[in-house]
Amino acid sequence: MNIALKQLETQDPELSKLLPFAGADALTPYLESESAKLHRKLCVSLEEAIKRTGLKEGMTISFHHAFREGDKVINQVVDTLARLGFKNLTLASSSLLNCHDPLVDHIKNGVITQIYTSGLRGKLAEAVSNGLMKQPVQIHSHGGRVHLLQTGELKIDVAFLGVACCDEFGNANGSRGKLNCGSLGYAIVDALFARQVVLLTEEIVDFPNYPASISQDRVDWVVKVDQVGDPSKISVGAARVTNNPRDLMIARYAANVIEHSGYFNEGFSMQTGSGASSTAATRFLEERMTSKGIKASFALGGITGSIADLHKKGLIKTVVDVQSFDNDAAESLRTSSAHLEISANEYANPTSKGAYVDRVNVVIESALEIDLDFNVNVITGSDGVMRGASGGHCDVAAAADLTIIVAPLVRSRIPTVVRRVTTLLTPGESIDVLVTDHGIAVNPKRPEVEKRLRDARLPVLTIEELRQRAVALTGEPEPLEFADRIVGVIRYRDGSVIDVVRQVKN
Amino acid sequence: MKLRRSMLFVPGENAGMLSTSFVYKPDSVMFDLEDAVSPSEKDAARLMVYQALGHPAYREIERVVRINELNTEFGLKDLEAAVRGRADVVRLPKTENAEEIHALEAHVARIETACGRPVGETKLMAAIESASGVVNAVAIATASPRMMAIALAGFDYLVDMHTTRSRDGWEPELFYARAAVLHAARSAHIDAFDVAYGNVNDDEGFLREVKIAKQLGFNGKSLIHPKQIELLHKAYEPTEAEIAHAKRVITAADEAHRKGLGVVSLDGKMVDPPVIDEAEMVLQMAAAS
Amino acid sequence: MKIIKQAIAGTLESSDLLVKVAPSDKERRDVVIKSEVIKQFGKQINRVVTDTLDRLSVSSGEIEIEDKGALDCVIRARVQAAILRGCGSEELDWEKLS
Repeated sequence: MNIALKQLETQDPELSKLLPFAGADALTPYLESESAKLHRKLCVSLEEAIKRTGLKEGMTISFHHAFREGDKVINQVVDTLARLGFKNLTLASSSLLNCHDPLVDHIKNGVITQIYTSGLRGKLAEAVSNGLMKQPVQIHSHGGRVHLLQTGELKIDVAFLGVACCDEFGNANGSRGKLNCGSLGYAIVDALFARQVVLLTEEIVDFPNYPASISQDRVDWVVKVDQVGDPSKISVGAARVTNNPRDLMIARYAANVIEHSGYFNEGFSMQTGSGASSTAATRFLEERMTSKGIKASFALGGITGSIADLHKKGLIKTVVDVQSFDNDAAESLRTSSAHLEISANEYANPTSKGAYVDRVNVVIESALEIDLDFNVNVITGSDGVMRGASGGHCDVAAAADLTIIVAPLVRSRIPTVVRRVTTLLTPGESIDVLVTDHGIAVNPKRPEVEKRLRDARLPVLTIEELRQRAVALTGEPEPLEFADRIVGVIRYRDGSVIDVVRQVKN
Repeated sequence: MKLRRSMLFVPGENAGMLSTSFVYKPDSVMFDLEDAVSPSEKDAARLMVYQALGHPAYREIERVVRINELNTEFGLKDLEAAVRGRADVVRLPKTENAEEIHALEAHVARIETACGRPVGETKLMAAIESASGVVNAVAIATASPRMMAIALAGFDYLVDMHTTRSRDGWEPELFYARAAVLHAARSAHIDAFDVAYGNVNDDEGFLREVKIAKQLGFNGKSLIHPKQIELLHKAYEPTEAEIAHAKRVITAADEAHRKGLGVVSLDGKMVDPPVIDEAEMVLQMAAAS
Repeated sequence: MKIIKQAIAGTLESSDLLVKVAPSDKERRDVVIKSEVIKQFGKQINRVVTDTLDRLSVSSGEIEIEDKGALDCVIRARVQAAILRGCGSEELDWEKLS
């Protein structure tokens, strides 16, 4: 063979790269042992899995947030990494919630020194806004995260992904175990991009496990743990539709806007955010769909039980799910063949070859602040703390035909409509209609929509009039003061910097 | 002609509700100093309601204040706050007879004079909550030119009558009281309000009761939760046919007026003034939906 | 008006405020304001509280306020209620309360 190779090399120098055959299992030595062949991915503990990934100081670890406030994976993994003496890690989670407060100590101790996330909450948010970290946190959208992975700015060394059930080879899903999160839309992307993938599960089932939202061909290690999530915080039924009369009123106005927008036609497509008014609007939309005999071709999201309910009633033909917000949605994913699980790349990545957000007619989202140019802030609260999430907000807003923001005009004494947003997350050019309890404002670049709403005798005002009404109630707010130091960088979906968040001044 | 379909009760000591209830745009808002407020908070509630009365956000809505009965230690103080606060209407609870209205009227005039408000500007409404009130309804309704409405309050009335809500069918236990209050209102040319519906989560039951009240002829209903406003307004919405007919009546009336004719006729029949008023009310309700 | 005893008015519910007053032997007002919206409306709240106390001629006392985003009219009403309770007064001079 060596003679033949030498001859190949003289024929074409490029061929010097080729290697001679060295045995059937040269590249796959584990095939020689029955137990290694079948069980090689199983780790007895998280520690073992970490060791086998080759994770080193300064590397990047990633997580997903499909288990919402019940997630136990991030804390478990980072606690273990801390104990093992890891430092200077970059943590990239699709989002971070109140249950992730324990990260504050790990940051203080230098275990985590850089964060990429769609959102922050609780004590972590407060600590970061008060200057906890040397490096500013990178805030991205759901679609934008995939783009960062594609450009290589975000390079995941090890992804630690909690799943509902998987087999010893790593075929996993989020909807057919004992503790289900529903769609694994964010985890699927990490499994595609990470160098090493560790699956954490409460249940190892028989091989082959299906459906395989994450397939064996992307998984390195499988660890059985006691808990990937807290059932009391996940296994609640449908997120209850609000009883708050103000949220209901806003929801009803939003449904009226959709009805008269010109987009309420047979086969229309829709998306609703997770806020109270957004989900309640689904109920009011149902009334109008039933009375006019209009069915939706698909609903995208962030899927709630309300959407799953309309799907069951035959009013929404297909449900396209990147994240299941409650148990009813997760159950629908499991039982309906027209309830599809998609990845964050298929959902909203601006540079994927096809994002579902591009096909949405109407979306309802919320906002903390919206200014006279219709720019939206969903991330910085009235106290200046970076507490909230970018999520899919700017992704869907950019792509949908009609983007509707629902919000009360005044929250206690804080006006929602302001002269200039504290932090710009979604640009005004992507926002079409604002619906508040005091009335509706339409972006001047959509005069045809405004005309339709006025003709339908909906209470349409200018956004300046709405701001004046807010200020008449609350008084003119003093602008928030910040220190110079930047603690957060807001990345638009294409990776560009659209705004920064500075440290709060106390 | 003032539409009085919805009268939203707002507890006088609830800061959150006082600060936001105007967004629901009821036809009237009733700031409550009576049953919704505990005795230890009556003083604080009075001050809150006084401020709310002066708030520009409530200017577009008819403002009613339910004071405590005048024979309590709170009633007169409530009345001072209500009249001085420029409330549109004072609502007297548990009205038994015409004398109570006369007494109330005298106090109101005294306070109007003391605070420089035009005497006669503050209107009155009576809540009938007992058998005595029902049998005296006509006298109560006509007791004063300030009277603009009379309301039936179901809970206390049924206790007085030794019976309970049937929540079914045509509700015989309330029939006589409803009819009496309505007749009193119509004979005095004032408005009539039906009882409040307590079960906020039961939309079906609420609408069933609204249907009865509307059919009997009630102008509107006392409401205890904002979500009831939209349901009620929708139920009172005139049909397409009713609107079309009302338009024809108004057109005929305008025609006759233009031609200087004393009598209005439509389809060969005479149209009396009350019918024209009714048609105007229908168009007003249609416009408000 | 003179504050002769400790008194409280209001609640810690959203859009409300809790006002505590107490007599003071000093000839001045000590006003402490804590608010959820102190950054945006601290000055405004202070103005309303000061104005309300001035109109009631309160020259001495300890006044403590914990605000949960109440509008000016609610602030006025709660401060008035606490002061009137603290003065043990039943007489309302409506000119001073508007």
